[in-house]
Amino acid sequence: MGIFSFKGGVKPASHKAESTALPIGEAPLAARYVVPLHQSIGGTPRPCVAVGDAVLRGQRIGEADGWISAAVHAPTSGTVVAIEDAPMPHPSGLPALAVVIEADGCDAWIERQPADPAALGPDGVRAYLQQSGVVGLGGAVFPSHAKLSAGKAGALDELVINGAECEPYITCDDLLMRERAEGIVAGTALFRDLLKPKRVLIGIEDNKPEAIAAMQAAVAKAGEDFAVVAVPTRYPTGGAKELIRVLTGKEVPAAQRSTDQGVQCFNVATAYTAWRAVAFGEPVTSRLVTVTGNVGSARNWDVRIGTPIAEVMALAAPNPDTDGVVMGGPMMGVMLPDTAAPVVKATNCLIAHSPALFPPKPAEMPCIRCGECARACPHQLQPFELYWWSRAKNFGKAQEYALFDCIECGCCNFVCPSHIPLVSYFRFAKSEIWAREKEKAAAEAAKTRFEFKQLRDEREKAEKAERLAKAAARQAEKTAPAATASERPAPAAPGADVTTSATVAAPSPAADGNGDAEAAKKAAIAAALERARAQRASAVPRNTDGLSPARQAEIAAIDARRESATPATAPTPVASAAPAPVPADATTDEEAAKKAAIAAAMARARAQRAAAKPRNTDNLTPAQQAAVAAIDQRRESTGLASPAGATGTAAAPLSTDPHAAPASSPPAADADRTSTP
Amino acid sequence: MLSAIAVMALGALVLGAALGYASIRFKVEGDPLVDKIDACLPQTQCGQCGFAGCHPYAEAIAKGEADINQCPPGGEEGIRRLADLLGREFKPLSADHGVEKPKAVALIDEQTCIGCTLCIQACPVDAIVGAAKQMHTVVESLCTGCELCLPPCPVECISMEPIAEDIATWKWKYPVTAIRPAAATPLHPSPAQAA
Amino acid sequence: MIDQPAPYLLKPASVTRVMAQVLLALVPGIAAYVWWFGPAILVQLAIASATALAAEAAMLGLRGKPVGPALADLSALVTAWLLALTLPPIVPWWLTVVAVLFAIVVAKHLYGGLGQNPFNPAMVGFAVVIVSYPALVSQWPGISGPDAFAAQLDAILGHRAGLDALTGATPLDHLKTALKLAEGNGSVAAVLADAGIYGPLGGRGWEWVGLGYLAGGLFLVARRIMTWHVPAAYLGAMAVLAGALWLFDGASFASPLFHLFSGGTLLGAFFIATDPVSGSTTPRGKLLFAAGAATLAYLIRVFGGYPDGVAFGVLLMNLCVPLIDMYTQPPIFGAKAMAELGRKEGR
Repeated sequence: MGIFSFKGGVKPASHKAESTALPIGEAPLAARYVVPLHQSIGGTPRPCVAVGDAVLRGQRIGEADGWISAAVHAPTSGTVVAIEDAPMPHPSGLPALAVVIEADGCDAWIERQPADPAALGPDGVRAYLQQSGVVGLGGAVFPSHAKLSAGKAGALDELVINGAECEPYITCDDLLMRERAEGIVAGTALFRDLLKPKRVLIGIEDNKPEAIAAMQAAVAKAGEDFAVVAVPTRYPTGGAKELIRVLTGKEVPAAQRSTDQGVQCFNVATAYTAWRAVAFGEPVTSRLVTVTGNVGSARNWDVRIGTPIAEVMALAAPNPDTDGVVMGGPMMGVMLPDTAAPVVKATNCLIAHSPALFPPKPAEMPCIRCGECARACPHQLQPFELYWWSRAKNFGKAQEYALFDCIECGCCNFVCPSHIPLVSYFRFAKSEIWAREKEKAAAEAAKTRFEFKQLRDEREKAEKAERLAKAAARQAEKTAPAATASERPAPAAPGADVTTSATVAAPSPAADGNGDAEAAKKAAIAAALERARAQRASAVPRNTDGLSPARQAEIAAIDARRESATPATAPTPVASAAPAPVPADATTDEEAAKKAAIAAAMARARAQRAAAKPRNTDNLTPAQQAAVAAIDQRRESTGLASPAGATGTAAAPLSTDPHAAPASSPPAADADRTSTP
Repeated sequence: MLSAIAVMALGALVLGAALGYASIRFKVEGDPLVDKIDACLPQTQCGQCGFAGCHPYAEAIAKGEADINQCPPGGEEGIRRLADLLGREFKPLSADHGVEKPKAVALIDEQTCIGCTLCIQACPVDAIVGAAKQMHTVVESLCTGCELCLPPCPVECISMEPIAEDIATWKWKYPVTAIRPAAATPLHPSPAQAA
Repeated sequence: MIDQPAPYLLKPASVTRVMAQVLLALVPGIAAYVWWFGPAILVQLAIASATALAAEAAMLGLRGKPVGPALADLSALVTAWLLALTLPPIVPWWLTVVAVLFAIVVAKHLYGGLGQNPFNPAMVGFAVVIVSYPALVSQWPGISGPDAFAAQLDAILGHRAGLDALTGATPLDHLKTALKLAEGNGSVAAVLADAGIYGPLGGRGWEWVGLGYLAGGLFLVARRIMTWHVPAAYLGAMAVLAGALWLFDGASFASPLFHLFSGGTLLGAFFIATDPVSGSTTPRGKLLFAAGAATLAYLIRVFGGYPDGVAFGVLLMNLCVPLIDMYTQPPIFGAKAMAELGRKEGR
């Protein structure tokens, strides 16, 4: 078994012994779990439980959204008490949507049904793993099922199982391999059956002899031909690309997937959870978390997803001088702004931070271009050049120097004699570039849409002019005798707009101003309006033409969101005595009158809608029709478009404010009549 | 003396011919200036600059009829980009044309909307969907925040909602260089502090 | 909550440590210097250090930067020491002051301070004084030993009367002059055998100073303060060039060994061309940069008008650094796969 090496890398003190003395502990149940919906790369799962629902451990609470997304499950049995924005274990400190579950203490599982991979078939297994919420537990949390198909290059040469765990302090994979090696091997076999690689390599850093021995024994016991390879201990060997390089000699560039080179890589914990899901029907509801650092008793705990981090930290009895919690390792982890945030699938390690353990960084000095960073970079980048351009916000240059090949491992930062926060500069530059690219794409799209709209407006104008010319010609023919009776041209109809210009174009017989002529003119206007309406009815709504499926989906999503935002208890339509909606601030008469007018307009709109089938929703795509239907349905539920409304009853009061004087807000149906001029 | 002049003259001729040939042979068909300027503009098509969209404004800048500081959505950074492109001095945003605001999208109050379609007609980028007498809605991702839909609405049911930062749009901040390690400013100011 | 981003672990490295080790590595060479040429150099080092620190502090103050940490980085001291070691030890004190001031104020701080200077500050200071005061800067002391200190101090203080007794041509200079005087009839071997200023390796005394620098430089390479690229390429290029010409005409050109152990070759190879700020940073770039600097140094010292060419060689190559760096970017991780991908798509 050849071992390759990669350039660069560093050897920080490992600090792993602290947390390997004790076996894995089962974390006690928490009273309340906050399960974020977005826990893996890709789409944000949609909540599929409602507030008040009783859930069991392993019950799906978030439905995968798209192929690159994985389901989320209840970590214990209990009641959903909220679906709301909650603090996240994220450096931004910004909240995100989470399902809050109050545990009932029974910790009852759903009915667990082992799956039979042979019966499910490869696609079935992938879908099953997606439904079980199996994601990469090494830290990247990429949905595993999406990695379980062979790539463009065809059959895989190697399947790499990553047990390197190179980052200091973290030992959760080490303990998992020591204590649950057989599960890992079984999961590896599952992946092997799906990917059919030529060989399977399990890479473990040589500072974990117990784990290597346990894995070798488990492989032998299972009778598999997996090679358990001890790799030299050097950070960041545990990076997927580095481990692939070390085990196979292949270098996967940033622009490629590893399958393009015939390799796929999974973390040991991922293999283990996949096996639990298939063999026991247990979705991912917990994970191993190393709790270490400035604590009394460092240890690995099996922690339910959603447990507040503060509670997990308390298990290890942090020393009093702890001034923060780092999630992840000391090289790539993030300082958590809020320890109320929950443990998520990416939480492999929690380190109590103290100034004694991690001395405050010395002040940043100027870069002396010593090149230490370049020698430490495992991707052979030139960090000092990247720093130079990132600091100057010259992002184009930064990209030329391969900024996006940077894996943010922190080696350059670690060795820098000038103590420059290099990784922070790179993260800054990357997120700025992403934001700018998004902005640029949006501007480009806006420009295209604007130009298309202009084009369409012009086309419409031309078409209209043509139609009007034809209509005018017809009208001229009809009214020719009348025109001969009077030489004077008709005055322009007051307030006539383009739609009625047909009337204007026609010589009016109402020259002498008698009553009959007046009536004729009115009839002509009415006819023109009717024509215009007919035209509008026949016209397809244009600004929803040619929408891409993505856009349509987006529209649908907006509707769905709005729907969910609508109060669940829709006010029921009541009798016509109910006052029209009047906001609380309608204090002045003027405003009240305005509101009344609005209410009247709405009522009118309702009546008309009820009378006529909406014309401009013809020829909509099924998705759009669905969206319109959803809008209507929602309106109905809020009483806006209720059948009762159409027959003259007003909507339920939206405001119970006593100032909503009935005098200024007559029933909508009345308003319809009174306020129409 | 004469030979020296002749040599110099000959050299000038040869080099001149070579340069002339190169300028024809290797002529670079560059982007017209208007397109380059247009690419610097935010494409909100809001018309705050006094022109009927971003492209007309770009044309006006190219012709020298408009200044580079008339685009509030582009903001200071946009002006800087234009100044760089055109080799002009940076100048602050002209107050006559508006102020730089945080990015926002239009939001239609569905309870109030009467379905008049006026906003649909006003929207320069077709970001509002709906039909006559049906409620309208703004497709958030298409909305450029130009505010052109606000004035036509007869029932004033459209408001501008600033785009809130979430985890997906959050950006790593520029590293704060602590020359003196004391200055303990929070790296991520809370919304309350930022406001 | 503290506001520091990852990584939370840092290697105990600092600019101060780097610079301190460089200073330490200069000590063997300086000791040999004192042994052979008297303690005057120590006076010059003191003058240069004091001037450099004062100038650095003043410039930092003027630029509104914190003075303390920047002074503590010792980079000004390194510049001062290197400059003092390239100047003759018996130049008047004000000349050292002028050179150091120019190095720190103009070559370093006017370009933006530590890390921003495109030219090696010490060499800029040296170039300024050798161009401005060529006579003073070509007066080197002969082998003298510690007893000559009083006379040397006198010279440093500006009393240049008894100077002739002190000075002697440097081996490089002597060789060049002797060959010129012989008008093609002399031979290198004859000159070297003739005078009492040559040793088995290079110049008498100078070879020991050179060995001191070599030892210090190897210490730095071993400590990973610098990589092997620059010294190896510098000495290699010097040896190859000198060797080629020596083989071509052994009578007119000195041996490679002589060139390696004369003048500023070893100081240049290990301490001057290795300046990371103004030098090339990529591995291949370092090789190119150092080889270029050595070639120029050789050409200037053998064919040019100056006694040695180390300073000008480095300065001229400093000019080329951006170009060299641009064309010698090392392939990044996965570059081979990307190249293959490019070939496939090209097909």
